[in-house]
Amino acid sequence: MLKAAGISQMSYVPDAGHTTLIRRFGADPEVVTNVLTTEEEGIAIAAGSWLGGKRSVVLMQSSGVGNCINMLSLPVQARFPLLVLVTMRGEWAEFNPWQVPMGQATEASLKAIGLSVLRAETGPDLVDTVAQAAAVAFDADQQIAVLIGQRLLGKKKW
Amino acid sequence: MALPTMDRRAAVKKLLDTRDGALVVTGLGSPSYDVHAAGDRDDNYYLWGAMGGAALVGLGLAQAQPQRRVMVITGDGEQLMAFGSLATISVARPKNLDLIILDNQHFGETGMQSSHTGRGIGFDKVAAACGFAEVAELRSLEEVDALCEKLRLPAEGPRLFVLKITAENLPRSLPPRDAVAVKNRFRAHLGFATC
Repeated sequence: MLKAAGISQMSYVPDAGHTTLIRRFGADPEVVTNVLTTEEEGIAIAAGSWLGGKRSVVLMQSSGVGNCINMLSLPVQARFPLLVLVTMRGEWAEFNPWQVPMGQATEASLKAIGLSVLRAETGPDLVDTVAQAAAVAFDADQQIAVLIGQRLLGKKKW
Repeated sequence: MALPTMDRRAAVKKLLDTRDGALVVTGLGSPSYDVHAAGDRDDNYYLWGAMGGAALVGLGLAQAQPQRRVMVITGDGEQLMAFGSLATISVARPKNLDLIILDNQHFGETGMQSSHTGRGIGFDKVAAACGFAEVAELRSLEEVDALCEKLRLPAEGPRLFVLKITAENLPRSLPPRDAVAVKNRFRAHLGFATC
């Protein structure tokens, strides 16, 4: 679905919930992938990719959203299309209390810096949500994060 | 004894006069002023914020335009905020990305406070340790002339060059701050629609 949306570049800090997607993109010769040292790098890479005429997606865990805030001023201020897929921690059957503060602050933080935020809680919902989020990001120059609920990740791997 | 340094505007003008079609991304602050002072162009993308973003915007652009050379011109302070980017860029291994670090060893925009590069951190050494294809530290305009020749040659991977420049605040030459307009004219230069 992401490839059907014209995406040819993917940047990521790994998360267990993104494992399959990272592996599939990594094995795809039509997609350039970048492993990052910190999540905000992916925001800047996506902007550069758009400058050069390509579409990019950034994968991260909710804990990484906090690292991105100032860098998000770039796509927000310059209206670069941005699609970020965020796997959530700290909200459902969480065993690690250190994940809770950023998990609870994720949506508010993204909205505070100016992103649109969507959530997906089931598998079919996720596919539909990401498909339309990609359309809005790249066809309407919007900055969108899709939060993938921890409840979904706990039940289903993708 | 202080080691020699060079005039930043003269060095940047040499690099841009011989850019030969290279796409240019600048880091916020004085490097953007230096590039603008050499002549405002559609194939310059100036950052006015997003500190630490310049080298990585350059990476994304280089990957999207593999047939074009991309030159990132930024300062030591901006690049210090993207220390990890050197690892990310080295792993990505673009052959068309050159990082130019204008290093005055100070945070010039905020009152000339001393930065890490005046206290033993050398970006050329860091980039070499990360595996960049080529690195060097330059201290004279004559060396920049030689660099301009070198940049025309194909690279095996990302390159990083530290230009040790004089710590001074020159008259500002301000690029346009309308980030959307600068983005759109850059894309139009490459033949892409604006939205």
